[in-house]
Amino acid sequence: MAEAGTLRAPSLTGRIAVAVAVLLLAGGVIVSVAAFAYGRQAAQEAYDRLLVGAANDIAASISAGQNGLEVAVPVSAFQLLGLAANDRVAYRVLDTRGEVLTGYDDLPEPPRRPLGGVVFYDADFLGEPARYAAVTRRFAERDLSGTVEVIVGQTLLARRAFAFDITRRALLVLAGVGIAMVMLAAVVVRTALGPLDRLEQAIAARDPHDLTPVDTDVPREAQAMVRALNGFMGRIDQQLASMRNLISDAAHQLRTPVAALRAQADLAAGEPDPDRRDAIVARIHSRTKDLGHLLDQMLARALVIHRAESARRELVDLRDIALEVAEAGDHALISPGVEVALQVGESPVPALADALSLSEAVKNLLNNAVRHGQSPVRIGAGVEAGRACIWVVDSGAGPDAALMAQLGARFAGESARGGGSGLGLSIAAAVARACHGELRLDRGAEGFRAAILLPLAPEAVS
Amino acid sequence: MSARARLLRLAAALVLAGCTAPAALAQEVRESFGPADAPVRLSIRSTTDIAAFGPVIRAFLQRRPGLAVDYEQWGSNDLFDLSQTDCRGGGRAADAVISSGVQQMVKLVNDACAAPYRSTFTAALPDAQRWRDELWGISREPAVIVYNRTLVPPAEVPRTRFDLLDLLRPQATRYAGRVATYDIESSGLGYLFAFADAQEATTFGALMEALGRTGAVATCCSAEIIAGVAEGRYLLAYNVLGSYARAAAQADGRIGIVLPNDYTLVLSRALMIPRGAAHPGEAAEFLDFLLSPPGREALSQVLLVSPLTGKESGEDGAALSETALRPISLTPALIVALDRQARAAFIELWRKSFPAE
Repeated sequence: MAEAGTLRAPSLTGRIAVAVAVLLLAGGVIVSVAAFAYGRQAAQEAYDRLLVGAANDIAASISAGQNGLEVAVPVSAFQLLGLAANDRVAYRVLDTRGEVLTGYDDLPEPPRRPLGGVVFYDADFLGEPARYAAVTRRFAERDLSGTVEVIVGQTLLARRAFAFDITRRALLVLAGVGIAMVMLAAVVVRTALGPLDRLEQAIAARDPHDLTPVDTDVPREAQAMVRALNGFMGRIDQQLASMRNLISDAAHQLRTPVAALRAQADLAAGEPDPDRRDAIVARIHSRTKDLGHLLDQMLARALVIHRAESARRELVDLRDIALEVAEAGDHALISPGVEVALQVGESPVPALADALSLSEAVKNLLNNAVRHGQSPVRIGAGVEAGRACIWVVDSGAGPDAALMAQLGARFAGESARGGGSGLGLSIAAAVARACHGELRLDRGAEGFRAAILLPLAPEAVS
Repeated sequence: MSARARLLRLAAALVLAGCTAPAALAQEVRESFGPADAPVRLSIRSTTDIAAFGPVIRAFLQRRPGLAVDYEQWGSNDLFDLSQTDCRGGGRAADAVISSGVQQMVKLVNDACAAPYRSTFTAALPDAQRWRDELWGISREPAVIVYNRTLVPPAEVPRTRFDLLDLLRPQATRYAGRVATYDIESSGLGYLFAFADAQEATTFGALMEALGRTGAVATCCSAEIIAGVAEGRYLLAYNVLGSYARAAAQADGRIGIVLPNDYTLVLSRALMIPRGAAHPGEAAEFLDFLLSPPGREALSQVLLVSPLTGKESGEDGAALSETALRPISLTPALIVALDRQARAAFIELWRKSFPAE
C-alpha cells in the first residue's frame, strides 16, 4: 500500500522539477524568439550599412564632365559589398533626367524617391530575394543641375548566414545558462527539501512504541505538519494509555470477586448440609449479580472514556442532560423508594461536550447518590462562578474522609461503599477531564454533592 | 589527327560558322571527342585552344566511358555575348563554359546565369578561385614578361616592373618601339590584366606613361606577340599569358620568360555550368575531374596549371616567392571591369598612351 501510494503520488521534487522545466522552457522560447529577432535586426543593420557605404561611394564617384555626367565606379564600393562574399550585386545610376547612366537597366524601383536621405527596400534581383538601398546626390552646376540616383542591391545569403550565426551563438549561450540553471535548481531544491528528508529519517529511526513528540529541527513551513503529527501521536498515546488502564482496572477489580466466588463454590461443594448449601448458593448468586453489575460499569466506563477522548465535542445545554438523566428513570430500578427532584434554572447552561458520555457520567453520579446517599436526591444544572455545572446532591453525609481522599482516582475499590461507586466516580472524572473540566465532590449543609464543572461555551443557546 | 586534316576541319568549321551563326558571333573551332554514338554528348564552350585542352578532355573521357564531348572554341567577348543570349533563353546553352575572361564569367554568375554545384573538390578550392559555388577557377596561369634571349642581354632582363621602367627611361633607349603588350580594347584578357594592374599598384600609371612615351606596341593576341618576340620584332612583351608563353618557350629557344618579382598576376580560367545546361550532372563530373589530382596532372601537362613558387618549379628565375603572387579573385569586384562607364574611362585613359592606329 505504502509503495503504491508513493508511486502514484507526485513527489515534491518532481513537481518542482516540472515547474522549473516549464519556467525554463517558456523563458527559453521567449529568449530564442528574441535572439532570432535580434540576430535578424543586427544582420539587417550591418549589411544595410554596407549597402549605403557602397551607394555613397558610387554617388561620390559621379562627376560632371564635358560629356555630361561621368561615373568612375570605384572598385572599393564593390570590395565593400564583397564582404558578403557569396552575394550577387545589383547597381544602377540614373542621371538627372532619369536615364540609366550605368549598371543594370531593369532593377526594381524604390518605393519613393530618397530625397537627401536613403531608402531601403526589399525586392527580387533576377529571381533571388535581395535588399536594396537608394541614395541621391544633387548637382548644381552651370549647365547641369538636378538629382542623380544610385541604387545598390545585394542578395541575402550573407545576411541570413549572419543572422543565423548570431541566433546560434545566442542559443548556445542560452543552452549553457539553461543547463547551469537546471543544475543550480537541483541543488537548491535538494537543499530546501533537506529538512523533510531529515524528518523522515528521524521518524523512520524511531522505536515503534515511541509516541513522544517529534523534536527534529524543521523549517517554519513544516512545523504545522510536525505539530499535526505530534497531536496525532498524542491521541494515539492517550488511547493506548486508557486501554492499558482499562485492562489493569479490569484485572484488578475482577480478581477479588472472582476469587471470592471460587471460595464460596468450593465451600458449597464440600457442604453436606442442604440448608447451609442453599444459603451458600444464594450468596454465590448475589455475588454473581454484583459481578455482572461491575462488568457492565467497567465496559460502560471504557466506552465512555473512549468516546470522551475520541468523539467530537459539540455544544450542549447541561439542563437537557440533567432532564434526560432524571427522566430516564434508571435509578428507580436500583432503589425504587428514593425520590429524585430536577432543579434547573431559566437560562441555558451551554458547554462543549459529548452529550452521550456526559449523560452516562451524570447517570453514574445519580446512581451513586440513589444507591449510597439518602433521600431526597436532587439533580440540576446551572452556571457557577463562570463555569457550566451539572450536579447531583443527596441528603446523606457522603463517604467518610479517608475514602474522599481516594475518590476521583481510578481505583476506589468496591469495598469503599460496596457495589463499585468508585468506578462510577472515576467515569465521571474521566469524562470531565476529557471535556477540559473537573469533578468536584464536597459535603455541604444540604448534603453530599457531586458536580461536573465544565468551561462555559462562549455562545449562548437561544 | 594530322595537321592537314585539322586544317581542313578548321576551314570547314569556319565556313559553317560563317553560313549559320549570327554575324557578330563566330565560333573559331569545333571538335568532337569520344565515341560518335555515345548516349550523352557534353557540350563545352571555351576560350582555350583546342590544341591545349584536347589532351585534358581525352584524359577525362578515358576515365568516363559512354560520354562524348563536343568542344567549341570561342573568342572571349563572343563567348560572353553568346552565353548572355543563352541565359535570357535565346539559345541552347552549353553544358559547361570555360573562359579566361573571368570578369565576364563573374558577370554571368551575377546575372543568375549559372547553376550551383558543390563537392569535396570544389569545397577544397581557395576562396579566390570559387564564387557562390557557381563559378570555379580551374587553371593557374601567370601574367609574365616575355623577352628575346638573343637580343636582350642577361643583365638587362627585367626582373620587376621597376627594372622595366629603368630600361625605358633613357632618352635613346633601344627598347623604344620594341616593347609589346595586349591591345586592351580588342583583347579581353589584356583588359583584365591591365585592370588588375591598375588595382594592384601605382606602378601601372608610370608604366603606362613610359610605354606610351617610348612608342610601345599594343596589339592583339598572345600568339602574335610571342611570335614577334621570337622573331626579334619586339625585344620584350609585357603581361603575356604564361601558359602560352611557356608552351612557345619549350618549342623555341629564343624565348625567355620572367615572372615579375614585385608581383605576378595569376589568372585562373573560370568554369561555370549554365542554368540551361542539358547535362549538368556530367558537366559537374567534368569539373570534379579537372579539380582532382589526375585532372590537375593533365592540366599541368598542357601548362594550364603552372608551377609558380620556388619549391614547385625546378627552373631558376621562373620561380618566385608565395607573397608575390596576386591571384585575380573571382569576386563581384570584377563586375566593375565590365561597367560601361568604368570601362570607357579606363580605355580612354589607356588610349592616351596608346593612340589607335
